[in-house]
Amino acid sequence: MTDTPTALIRNFSIIAHIDHGKSTLADRLIQSTGAISARDMTAQVLDSMELEKERGITIKAQTVRLAYKAHDGLTYTLNLMDTPGHVDFAYEVSRSLAACEGSLLVVDASQGVEAQTLANVYQAIEANHEIVPILNKIDLPAAEPERVKQQIEDVIGIDASDAVMISAKTGINIEGVLEALVTRLPPPVGDADAPLTALVVDSWYDQYLGVVILIRVKDGRLKKGQKVRMMAQGSTHVIEQVGVFTPGMVQVDDLGPGEMGYITAAIKTVADVAVGDTITDDRRPATKALPGFKPSIPVVWCGLFPVDADDFEKLRDSLAKLRLNDASFHFEAESSAALGFGYRCGFLGLLHLEIIQERLTREFNLDLIATAPSVVYRVTRTNGVTAELHNPADMPDGSVIDHIDEPWIKATIMVPDDYLGPVLTLCNERRGRQVDLTYVGTRAMAVYRLPLNEVVFDFYDRLKSISRGYASFDYAMDNYEEGDLVRISILVNQDPVDALSFIAHRNAAEARGRSICGKLKDLIPKQLFKIAIQAAIGGRVIARETIGALSKDVTAKCYGGDISRKRKLLDKQKEGKKRMRQFGKVEIPQSAFLAALKMDA
Amino acid sequence: MTDASVRFYPLACNARNACAARTFRTVGKGLGGSVTDSLALYIHWPFCLAKCPYCDFNSHVRDRIPQARFAAALRTELAWEAARLGPREVGSIFFGGGTPSLMEPAAVAALIADAARLFTLAPDCEITLEANPTSVEAGRLAAFRDAGVNRVSLGVQSLNETDLRLLGRQHSADQAVAALEMARRLFPRLTFDLIYARPGQTLDAWRAELRAALDLAADHLSLYQLTIEPGTGFEALHRSGAIVLPDNETGAALYQATAEEAARHGMAAYEISNYARPGAESRHNLAYWRYTDYAGIGPGAHGRVTRPDTGSDTHPDKRGDTLAATRRHRAPEVWADRVEADGHGTTREDALTPIERGREMLLMGLRLAEGIDEARFAARTGLAMDACVDHDVLGRAIDAGYLLRESGVLRTLPEGALRLDALLGALVV
Repeated sequence: MTDTPTALIRNFSIIAHIDHGKSTLADRLIQSTGAISARDMTAQVLDSMELEKERGITIKAQTVRLAYKAHDGLTYTLNLMDTPGHVDFAYEVSRSLAACEGSLLVVDASQGVEAQTLANVYQAIEANHEIVPILNKIDLPAAEPERVKQQIEDVIGIDASDAVMISAKTGINIEGVLEALVTRLPPPVGDADAPLTALVVDSWYDQYLGVVILIRVKDGRLKKGQKVRMMAQGSTHVIEQVGVFTPGMVQVDDLGPGEMGYITAAIKTVADVAVGDTITDDRRPATKALPGFKPSIPVVWCGLFPVDADDFEKLRDSLAKLRLNDASFHFEAESSAALGFGYRCGFLGLLHLEIIQERLTREFNLDLIATAPSVVYRVTRTNGVTAELHNPADMPDGSVIDHIDEPWIKATIMVPDDYLGPVLTLCNERRGRQVDLTYVGTRAMAVYRLPLNEVVFDFYDRLKSISRGYASFDYAMDNYEEGDLVRISILVNQDPVDALSFIAHRNAAEARGRSICGKLKDLIPKQLFKIAIQAAIGGRVIARETIGALSKDVTAKCYGGDISRKRKLLDKQKEGKKRMRQFGKVEIPQSAFLAALKMDA
Repeated sequence: MTDASVRFYPLACNARNACAARTFRTVGKGLGGSVTDSLALYIHWPFCLAKCPYCDFNSHVRDRIPQARFAAALRTELAWEAARLGPREVGSIFFGGGTPSLMEPAAVAALIADAARLFTLAPDCEITLEANPTSVEAGRLAAFRDAGVNRVSLGVQSLNETDLRLLGRQHSADQAVAALEMARRLFPRLTFDLIYARPGQTLDAWRAELRAALDLAADHLSLYQLTIEPGTGFEALHRSGAIVLPDNETGAALYQATAEEAARHGMAAYEISNYARPGAESRHNLAYWRYTDYAGIGPGAHGRVTRPDTGSDTHPDKRGDTLAATRRHRAPEVWADRVEADGHGTTREDALTPIERGREMLLMGLRLAEGIDEARFAARTGLAMDACVDHDVLGRAIDAGYLLRESGVLRTLPEGALRLDALLGALVV
C-alpha cells in the first residue's frame, strides 16, 4: 500500500458550514468504502474529542485513507482530510487545504451558502483546489437545489451545474460523490527521487506514542528509522513509526509522494512540532521548505484564575497538559490583587478561548474565573518604544503613552435582508467601517472592518440575537490602526479591582463604565455593609453606583438550645464564602463576576 | 424611617440601655456558666395532634400517644442525667415539644416532683409548659397548674381565622382568646407566640392584629417572623411559588412595626424575637442565650452541661471542667427503647473546645439586647472575645452602628439586630 502511484491517489477535504452535514458525509464515505464496519460505526467517527462531538465542530485535523474501486475498474486511494471548521483555526485550515488537491463543498440544499463556508471556500480556491459542489439534504421538503446552485454560482463564482445531489443522512448518491472525487479531482504531483519534503498538517499528543504528526508527503519518501529535520524549528528526530489512518492507525513501511499519513518520533510535546513546518531528510535535505509557514500567534488573551486558590497547581498542570496537544495556546503566570494567582492565556480567537475554558472545566474539573478577553494592543510610549499589551492591568500611565494601535479585522456577515438594518447598526456602533454590501437573492453579505476589541465584547452573541440566529459571521485578522483608547478601572469601595479593568475607545468609555457599574449593582447581592462601585479613567470617576446594606437577615426563632445547628449554619455560611471573591472588603459571588464580564455596552 | 433603635429597645431606655442591662442582671443569678450556677432543665414531649406546615421541630403524630411509656422514659432519663450532673440548683424547667399540653398532668407533676427530689429547685423556679389553645387542652390548664407549672406558653400564632388555617392550626381565634383569658386567671406568668410576615400580610393588618394581641398579653410575647424551613410542608409550597413571603424590605418594616407596637405596651425586645416587661423575661430561654448550663431530656433534646473535672485526666493541660454538648436520639420510639435499655437516649456527647464555646456564646449572646459581658465570656469559654471575632469586621460593624462595645460589654444595636445572621457570619471566626 506504500507504492501507490500518484495517479491513483486523490486527496480531498470537505468544506461545510456547521450543521450542513460535513461529518455525516465523511461517515458515509468511510462506511461505503468499507473502511469501518457498520458495527463499529459511531456517529461522526472523525470527531473524537467529546467537545467536538457536542458542538459539531472539528478542532484537530484528521485524515482517513479510503480504498475505492471506481467504475473504471481501478482501485483508488482516497485521502479524506477533515479540517478544523472554524475561523479561529484559519491557519490550521490553510495547512490542511495545502495538503489536498481538491475540496468537496457541502451546502445544505435548503439553507444555502453561509459566511463561514464562504471564507473556507475562498481559502480552498487560494490553495488551487478543484472544487466539487455537493448539495446535501436534498430529501428534505424545504430543499431548493436549483436556487442554491444559482447562489453558489453567484456568490462563489464556481460552476455548480454538475453539483452532486445527495443526502448524507439517508445515504442517497454517496457513490456519486466517490466517482466525482476520482474523475474530477486531479491526482497529486510529486517526485519520489527528489529530497524529502513533507508538510506538517497537524499534530496531537498520544499518551503511548508521544506526539503523532499528521503529514502529507510532497516529494521523496518517509521511512521508519529515517532521521528527519524540521526545517523551521531546526530540530531533528528519528522516525519511530510511519502509518496511515483507516481510520484506525495502521503502520506501513514508508510513504511516498502524494500520500497522507502519520509519523511518530518520540516527541514529547506538540509545541516541538509547528503546524505548517516542512519535514526533510537530515542527510539529504531539501533546499527549500514548502511555502506558507507561519508561527501561530495568539490574538485574544484573558486571565484564568481558580475559584479555589488551592487549585492553582492543578490549573498549572492542566494547562500544561492541554498545551501538550495544542501548541497554539499560550499561558504565562499572572497574579491579581483581586483574584490571586492564575494564568494569562493567549488564544487564536474567541472560540478557541471558549473551548479551552470548557475543557479545563469539563476534563480537568476546575472551577475558573475568566477575566474579560483582551486583544493585543501596541502601545508606543513618548520615548518611542513600542510594546505589546494584552492585559489592561499592565497599561502604563496615560502621561507616558504617545499612542496606542489596536488590531482590526475584516468581518463577513451574511444575513437575511429583514435583519440587515440592525446588523449594520450593530457594526456601526462597534466602530465598524463598511467595505462592501452585496445581495444574493434575499440574503445580504456585508463586509466590514471592525476593531477586534469591539468584537470580543459579545459581538457574536448580539449579532445572533438581533438576527434571531440567522446571521452567519466570519472574520480574518486585518491590520493595526491607531485608536483613541483608554483604560477604565472599576473600584469597589475605593479599591481598584484589577481583574475588572478594561480598555475601550474613549467615546464608549462612559457608557461601558456606567453599564458595568449598573450591572455589578444588580449582580452583587446586598451585604452587611454598603458598597460603592465606581468606574474611573485615571483619577476621574465616570460612573458611580451604591449598593445599600442588606435590609434584613436574621433568624426569627432560635429554639430548644440546639446551638450545634446554628453553628453548622455558620460553617455553611463560611463554606459559601469560599466561593466568593474578596474585592477590597466586599465579597462578590463568582456568578456575579462572570456575568459582569459578559457585559455589553 | 423613624429612629431605628425602637425596634430593639424600649423607648425609655434608648440612650444607654442602662435600664435594660439592670433589668437583665436581676433575672439571673450571678454570671452563670459553671456548676455553681443554676441549671435550666428542658423536657421534650415529641407528640402533636397534627404537624403544622411551618414547623421543623422534632414533633410526631401518632394514632394513639403512648402516654405511660414516654412519661416513664422521661423520668428514667431525668434520673440518669441528674446522677451524672450531681447536686445542682434548678432555676427553670421547660416542657417543650411537640405539644406538651397533650401530656397527662400527672406525668408533668411526677417529672416536677422528680426534679425537686433529684436537684434543688430554686425558690423562684420558673416552670413553663407549652400549650395549644384548643378547648381540650385549655380545659387541662388548671390541672397543669396543680401539677406545679407556674408559667404557660400558648401557641396562638395568629388571631386571624384564615391565617390560622393556612398555618395548619387546630384552633380558632375565639378559642385562642378564651385560652388566653383562662391562662391569665390561672397562672402568675403567661406568654404566647405569634407568627407574622405571613404570605400577603400587610403592615396595617399586622399592626391591628398585634395590637389586639397586646391587649390580651400579660408580660411576655414571642413574635416570630415566618421562615421557611427545610423539610416542612411550606418548603414545597414556597419552592413551587404557591406561597410567597414578604421581601426583605417588607420584612424589615414589619419587624420595626412589631417592635414599635410592643414598646407602646411597655414590652422591650430583649432578644431578637422576644418581648417582655422588665423582669418578665423568660428565665429558661435566657439560659440558652446567656450560654449557661441547660440539660435536655427527651427525644432530640440538646444540652450544654458542665461536667466537673474528675481529676482522672492524665493530661494536666486538659484539666478543668468540660462543657459538654449532649444530644438525644430524635426518633421518639428509638429514644424510648434506648432509655429502657440503657437508662438514657444519648446519641452524642462531645466536649466543646474553647473556640467552639466562643463561637456558640457569640451566636447566642448577640441575640440578646444586653449583649455579652466580656469577662463572663472569658470565664465560660477560656478565650478572650477578641480571639473569637474578626477584628476588621468588628471595627466596621461598630462604625456602621451595628455593634456597640463599651464597659466590657459587646452588644448588638437595632441596626445590627436586623442583620444579625449576616453579621455573625462575618464576625465570628
